[in-house]
Amino acid sequence: MSRTYVTCVVNGDPVDFLCHDYQTLLSALRDELGLTGTKEGCGTGDCGACSVILDGQLVCSCLVFAPEAEGRSIETIEGMAEGQHLHPLQESFLEGAAFQCGVCTPGFLIAAKALLDHNPTPTETEVRYGVAGNLCRCTGYDKIVRSVLDAAVRMREQDTRKETA
Amino acid sequence: MTATRTAYKWVGTRPVRHDGLDKVTGRARFGADFATAGMLHGAVLRSPHAHARIRSIDVSEALAVSGVKAIITGADLPELDDNQVEGGEGNATYRDLSRNILARDKVLYEGHAVAAVAATTLRVAEQAAQLIRVEYQVLAPVLTIEEAMADDAPLLHDDLFTSGLDSPPKEPSNIAARHVTSRGDPDAAWEEADLVVEREYFTKAVHQGYIEPHAVVAQIGEDGKGTVWGSSQGHFVIRTLTANVLGWDPGDMKFIPAEIGGGFGGKTTIYLEPLAALLSRRTGRPVKMVMTRHEVFRATGPTSGTWMKVKMGARKDGKLVAAQAWMAYEAGAFPGSPVGLGVMGIFACYDIPNVYLEGYDVVVNKPKVAAYRAPGAPMVGFAAESVIDELAEQLRIDPVEIRLRNAVAEGVRAVYGPKYRKIGLVETLETARDHPHYSAPLGPWQGRGVASGWWMNYGGETSATVNINSDGTAVVMSGCPDIGGSRASLAQMAAEELGIDVHRIEPVVADTHSIGYNDLTGGSRVTFAVGMAVVSAARELIEDMCSRAARMWDVPPEEVEWVEGRAQSVSGAFPPLTLEELAAGSARTGGPLSATNTVNPRGVGVAFSTQICDVEVDPETGRVTILRYTVAQDAGRAIHPDYVEGQMQGGVVQGIGWALNEEYIFDGDGVMENPGFLDYRMPVASDLPMIDTVIVEVPNPEHPYGVRGVGEVGIVPPLGAVANAVYAATGKRIQELPMSPVKVLEALSSG
Amino acid sequence: MKYQAPTSIEEAVALLSSDPGARVFAGATDLIPQFQGGRPEPSMLVDLKGVPQTGVLECQNGYWRVGAAVPAARLTSHRELVSAFPGLVEGTSLIGSDQIQGRATLGGNLCNASPAADSVPPLVALGATAVIVGAAGRRSVPVSEIVIGPGATSLHHAEFITEFRIPVPARGCSDAYERFIPRTEMDIAVVGAAARIRLDDQGRCRDATVVLGAVAPTVAEVSAAAEILRGRQLAEAPNCKAFWEELGEAAVASCNPIDDKRGTVQFRRRVAAVLARRTVATAARRAKEAI
Repeated sequence: MSRTYVTCVVNGDPVDFLCHDYQTLLSALRDELGLTGTKEGCGTGDCGACSVILDGQLVCSCLVFAPEAEGRSIETIEGMAEGQHLHPLQESFLEGAAFQCGVCTPGFLIAAKALLDHNPTPTETEVRYGVAGNLCRCTGYDKIVRSVLDAAVRMREQDTRKETA
Repeated sequence: MTATRTAYKWVGTRPVRHDGLDKVTGRARFGADFATAGMLHGAVLRSPHAHARIRSIDVSEALAVSGVKAIITGADLPELDDNQVEGGEGNATYRDLSRNILARDKVLYEGHAVAAVAATTLRVAEQAAQLIRVEYQVLAPVLTIEEAMADDAPLLHDDLFTSGLDSPPKEPSNIAARHVTSRGDPDAAWEEADLVVEREYFTKAVHQGYIEPHAVVAQIGEDGKGTVWGSSQGHFVIRTLTANVLGWDPGDMKFIPAEIGGGFGGKTTIYLEPLAALLSRRTGRPVKMVMTRHEVFRATGPTSGTWMKVKMGARKDGKLVAAQAWMAYEAGAFPGSPVGLGVMGIFACYDIPNVYLEGYDVVVNKPKVAAYRAPGAPMVGFAAESVIDELAEQLRIDPVEIRLRNAVAEGVRAVYGPKYRKIGLVETLETARDHPHYSAPLGPWQGRGVASGWWMNYGGETSATVNINSDGTAVVMSGCPDIGGSRASLAQMAAEELGIDVHRIEPVVADTHSIGYNDLTGGSRVTFAVGMAVVSAARELIEDMCSRAARMWDVPPEEVEWVEGRAQSVSGAFPPLTLEELAAGSARTGGPLSATNTVNPRGVGVAFSTQICDVEVDPETGRVTILRYTVAQDAGRAIHPDYVEGQMQGGVVQGIGWALNEEYIFDGDGVMENPGFLDYRMPVASDLPMIDTVIVEVPNPEHPYGVRGVGEVGIVPPLGAVANAVYAATGKRIQELPMSPVKVLEALSSG
Repeated sequence: MKYQAPTSIEEAVALLSSDPGARVFAGATDLIPQFQGGRPEPSMLVDLKGVPQTGVLECQNGYWRVGAAVPAARLTSHRELVSAFPGLVEGTSLIGSDQIQGRATLGGNLCNASPAADSVPPLVALGATAVIVGAAGRRSVPVSEIVIGPGATSLHHAEFITEFRIPVPARGCSDAYERFIPRTEMDIAVVGAAARIRLDDQGRCRDATVVLGAVAPTVAEVSAAAEILRGRQLAEAPNCKAFWEELGEAAVASCNPIDDKRGTVQFRRRVAAVLARRTVATAARRAKEAI
């Protein structure tokens, strides 16, 4: 069966791949592009481990058909750090022990980034609902929620520093 | 070894974990992230029936599909005898383990593997699997303990005779085993009781719910030797099980551990590994197999559903005089539920003179149960802690106080035999009682519950190696997968011993060909047992380095001491030699600096947790909201407090899920109706408050740093704590889990 | 399975007409889990998001036009829409997690034909119509007539919905939606209830519609609600037990629920009464603010 040729932008870089039309964006990222940081926990949009940002919008990549990526821009966990600089969320997850096994971590980081991009000053409740589409079975969410709140503070401080500079 | 120091530089601190960067950048490689050239993909055909005889399997059409390279069925696995599986956490014989991996004459649950296909793509493998023709004779499924124990129940196994009966049974049944323990004379002791409460409880099968589905890649060469990559809770044990199921030698396979995306006991056994290995052997190509979430729910895990009857008697002052319990646990399709641990654990928190315990291991047409965090203990905790709560209420004694009056302590003999050594149950109870949470005000339809829990930790066979690099950095190797921060805690103990910065130590989870045997990451054992081996290896190294310094200085070894990462002469006659200097010069002093230690610690000790839960109940809909939750748990000594707290919080939230909404739901034919995260309702972030933790430290005298296992006991109290809180909020005792809105609303409208 | 992304209605209809095994999709949030659950894949998948009419979101000539393929996240962040139809937006915002909100659409939520769809009771309560296109041209059908049973719609092959048209709320009119799930997120409604209330300037109810979800094969209108509510002073929540009980009983009478893994008949009936009361109270409070 012939495959579809897809060109898109992943983490700022132009990429292309061939895929079967039944493949999902998750499968294309992992199996065609080798970007295995995005995880599959369920394949039905119920766990959030495969979260990516598609044209600025948080989605489950397991619920997007790969050919839909044509011409679109995708952010994955592999693009979250800027060069040698971790994203404040990555820093606060590390320092706040916000993960145990770590398999849900990429999805949480992407979902939290989408949340903070839209709402830089979330309440605890807003954080909890903002990551409610991401399952973690290890932590009970306590340290994840704290770390997202902490990252929000770090990001505001960074912004203030940039403004003063 | 005994705990000799109380002030530490690294132990008890919260360094960033060594594997953390890989895990926040997506670089960490989990089970399904591995791929290799020429790889085939495997798929499993599973039974649509809960109970059926297999009349025939015809693979010819599937084999003819272009791209299909091999198909295996139960006939391709060797017949094994009834030897008990050693080392794994789930109880099973090899005969049953093999039949769980591929069904033989019968399928025993919906999702039971019948055949496995290897093909050039996953899609071809999946489509070919659907072309395998299996002729079934469908049999009546046995779905509950009550059905299974009935005299006229359909039998899962014609050759299953109950063990542990007073006289051997003449007829087979679905009851695999009976476990009895007793002491004193409960029948006589009820007379002494001023109050006796007797109740019946039910819990449902629940799944471990790890987010990473099972995944493996196997590459077996023409010589029968090969490599297996995958995530598990112990690659040595998984290798042994896999080899034995295939009739191969364990040493022929190198198992390379991937990062593991959660296990909670569920990845202590094998499902895909022998299939991938055998398919690889047949095809001469690497074979990758990954479960879907549907497969994970239908064919792995869960832990037992239970039926329990508990009777406890107390004097007016709250002192328990007698207790008795009857417990039956679903084993799933093959014998081996954790009912024995239920028998041990049900009254393990309390010093009761007269006890009678009876447990039954019962097979039903559901997936074979696997270990789940403190296997067997949370269910009995639900029952016993509910009864104690009722006794306290009727005797007008504070619920923490009644537990304190009966709490086990050092020197008390456990119901299951040994005397407790130094333990911290009383301290956790006192911590809970004195916590501001315990006296905080509550509003209407709000209630507070408390519960305590026991768990016995495990030691296990352990190897660790410490190597010093030429730059004075160290590598700490063990063979236990790191599921929740154990690399960091091992490195901290090594740093403490060696006197170097924790980040100059690289902790490594080594493959089966690079380090000695290690038991599972399970039984709350890694920081405890591997920690002991690491500490011993580090001390051996220090001794070696001191003796090298002594030779260089030409002084007796006892005149050299190790202080803060340096060999010092006691007399001060020589300038100290740093670890870096000793490492750089090791070629001249006897070769590389390396030490290996192996241990198999016994008498590991036990852990206790006491928890306080506040709930609010919506009287119109039956919804239960967790408002506040506090855990006081004895960790012995917390090496990395963040990850100790994390274990406590994670265990509690799994317990909350078990209490409120999680359950396996089957239709009348035994088909699982909720094999996905949509309807198997694990808690999400918005369901919960912060989980407050108090780490109680009653050092374990068996460990050089006083460590106790912390992984499991946290899940034991929540079932009872939530139930007691729901009672306090509503005046209704719910004796059947989960306490879903449907059940709570029913309870509210009754009487 | 072939993926197609037409950019016009004509192209989409032609593609669908060319293949009896073709089906349309927009967000795929129900579709892909159905494939995962073993439902056969169609021979062709027609992605409607590239058809411009399905992405419309504007108010004109007395009604709102909401494209069938507009993702939920765009609706919930649209300030004017939120203010016009707070209940519809509430229902829409409950369709799954933030991730799902980035993809899920009103068209998909309706045509998936689940009795538990969260956006359908409010759409029906608001009197929305669906604009349907197909080989035979264009037709408008009340949303209440689209779903004919679980998993079944009245649409013909090669037909699809391009947009919904919802009358601009009159003065003193507003809506609300409540649902019950065991968790706080990520579940399918065990019961859903939408209400649209219109008050006169004195705060008396002129008109009301109450619609329930997940308690019958399709959404169920509480037919007696309008009569119970009409003329009733709702500007202050009536402190009248008999009135609320009557409303609850009317809701129960409209239910025809089943026992399933998510709830029992009895639970659904009781909670339908509770949610009907709660959603009417909320809609009335909002309607008062709209006087």
